[in-house]
Amino acid sequence: MNKVRVATIWLSGCSGCHMSFLDQDEFLMELAKLVQFVYSPLIDVKEFPENVDITIVEGAVGNEEQLELIEVARKRTKQLIALGDCAVHGNVTSLRNALREGDQAVLKRAYLELADTTPQIPSEVTPLLKKAHPLHEIVEVDHFIPGCPPPASLITYVLTELLAGRKPEMEGKAKFG
Amino acid sequence: MVKEITINPVTRIEGHAKVTIFLDDDGSVKDARFQINFFRGFEKFCEGRPYYEMPSITSRACGICPVSHLIASAKACDALVSVTIPEAAVRLRRLMHMGQIIQSHTLSFFYLSFPDLLFGMDADIEKRNIFGLIESDPEIAKNGIKLRKFGQEIIERLAGKRIHSSDWIVPGGVRWPLTKEKGERIAADLPEAKNITISTLEKFRNMLQRFDEEIEHLGNFPSNYMGLITPDGELEHYDGLLKIIDYQGEVIADSLDPTKYKEFIAEAVEPWSYMKFPYYKPLGYPGGSYRVGPLARLNIAKRCGTPLADEEIKEFRKFGKNGIVESSFLYHYARLIEILFCLERAEEILSEPETYADRVWAKAEVSRSEGIGVAEAPRGTLIHHYKVDENGLITWVNLIIATGHNNVAFNRAVTEVAKKYVNAKKLTEGMLNRVEAVIRAYDPCLSCASHSFGSRGIDFELYDADGRLIDRNSR
Ligand code: SF4
Repeated sequence: MNKVRVATIWLSGCSGCHMSFLDQDEFLMELAKLVQFVYSPLIDVKEFPENVDITIVEGAVGNEEQLELIEVARKRTKQLIALGDCAVHGNVTSLRNALREGDQAVLKRAYLELADTTPQIPSEVTPLLKKAHPLHEIVEVDHFIPGCPPPASLITYVLTELLAGRKPEMEGKAKFG
Repeated sequence: MVKEITINPVTRIEGHAKVTIFLDDDGSVKDARFQINFFRGFEKFCEGRPYYEMPSITSRACGICPVSHLIASAKACDALVSVTIPEAAVRLRRLMHMGQIIQSHTLSFFYLSFPDLLFGMDADIEKRNIFGLIESDPEIAKNGIKLRKFGQEIIERLAGKRIHSSDWIVPGGVRWPLTKEKGERIAADLPEAKNITISTLEKFRNMLQRFDEEIEHLGNFPSNYMGLITPDGELEHYDGLLKIIDYQGEVIADSLDPTKYKEFIAEAVEPWSYMKFPYYKPLGYPGGSYRVGPLARLNIAKRCGTPLADEEIKEFRKFGKNGIVESSFLYHYARLIEILFCLERAEEILSEPETYADRVWAKAEVSRSEGIGVAEAPRGTLIHHYKVDENGLITWVNLIIATGHNNVAFNRAVTEVAKKYVNAKKLTEGMLNRVEAVIRAYDPCLSCASHSFGSRGIDFELYDADGRLIDRNSR
């Protein structure tokens, strides 16, 4: 049997959603039989591959590299899942959006005001986007799993449904926070 | 034309980073940089929030060590409301922190680094990860899963939720006590966790004989070390005094009050990374840099303070000069010893009746304008510093994150490893994996470090002195 090709991506999140994924504990061993992880921070593939069946995304889109990555991932994926509040609506990552000069304001504070030696805004790094965006503002999303992080049991439920070729029914099962 | 190799993203670490290796005309390595490419900005966007929201917001800096943030944050808030929290609350916060150290260290060891140790640095990349481990050695994989689960369940049984259990740790203590019944359930699972740890240590010690080269060359360099210890000089993760030693074990500073950190720790910025570079002020930058985390803590402590861990630390010290262990590779060993220590301490805490006392929350109003909370997170010293106005609204925040303290060390370690292994005209997978492996040994938490994440995979290219592409490799 051909294994289902699954990718997981960390954008601007805290990794808590990935931790909740790992909190599926022993179910990971079942999962390893059914799916092949083709791209993930947990494995050593550096480039997002072609022909991915399911991509699970943690975090909001916060800088230019993330923007590129999510667009590539969308093109190469059949079903894209926004995992967790940051991916679904921005959550803590988007708290900076409320500030006037959001990206500049956070940079100035950290690297000019709170540095003791050589204060400067790092320049040889990927620029931040003006705002942090939830996934659906950038690409089309097939499934949303809210929660900060979503409980492991809910992740198991969604994956089980998708692997069985069914559409996960989220009503009443998920909540924010 | 720049002659450089980029590893982007570094994989099997907690967060995203990239490494850039700079080459000389003859293709040998000149320098290397460990770079963080993203930033979220907690220090700014927390302004204006009520102080009591801070544990819950700042723990979202990191899903791997949220409990350390909860604790540092809650301690800063305890200071803002000027309370000494009830003894049982201290015990319960400690217990929760131990659960998290167990899970975080297990994640680093079993899920991220063990595949390199078992299959070798040059193994097939399809195999070299937790899923490869599940397939070829399900017993070991299952042990890792069980041990991590045990740590997470301590947190869940105390607070009702495994990750971001921020309803429970509050300024002034914790919201509800631990019931005897839940305590007994944790205690019942403890012996298995301990057995797994002891047998893993045994296996690891035996494996070490095969890793002479890695011990010698994966980031083995003299440095200063910093961490919290108890007043008796024992290993400590919740409270304590800061101590800094040099590479020979000579004391640079002792019994420093961590809440006075501003007097002796400063931070530098480099244009090529979002992660700052902290250092010990009197020695300047970068001379005053130091390492933190499990290896540093074991180097600083006189002993662990629990029977089994104290036996094991003696074995560990045999790898050092004057008992100071310098090899970054041995962070793995130190991590296993700390798991054992946490299990032993958790057992103690659970067996003492004081732990189950009803009084766990001292409620009070803001009475100070400034509060600082410090804890030893799995990866090292974590500092939260807040200022508030008369209504308790946050006006200023500074966070110095555990992983950040190791920033200078990361750069030294990747440079050393790159110089040793990446001196060739032909790139191989294993060469670059060794550079990544030394980073994994530190278990950087980049989610925390830049209060952030993110960067994207590209291939790496090797150019000759004339800027001609001589090799290209992607994965
Ligand atoms: S939703 Fe919550 S747990 Fe997930 S990445 Fe965002 S802050 Fe972390």
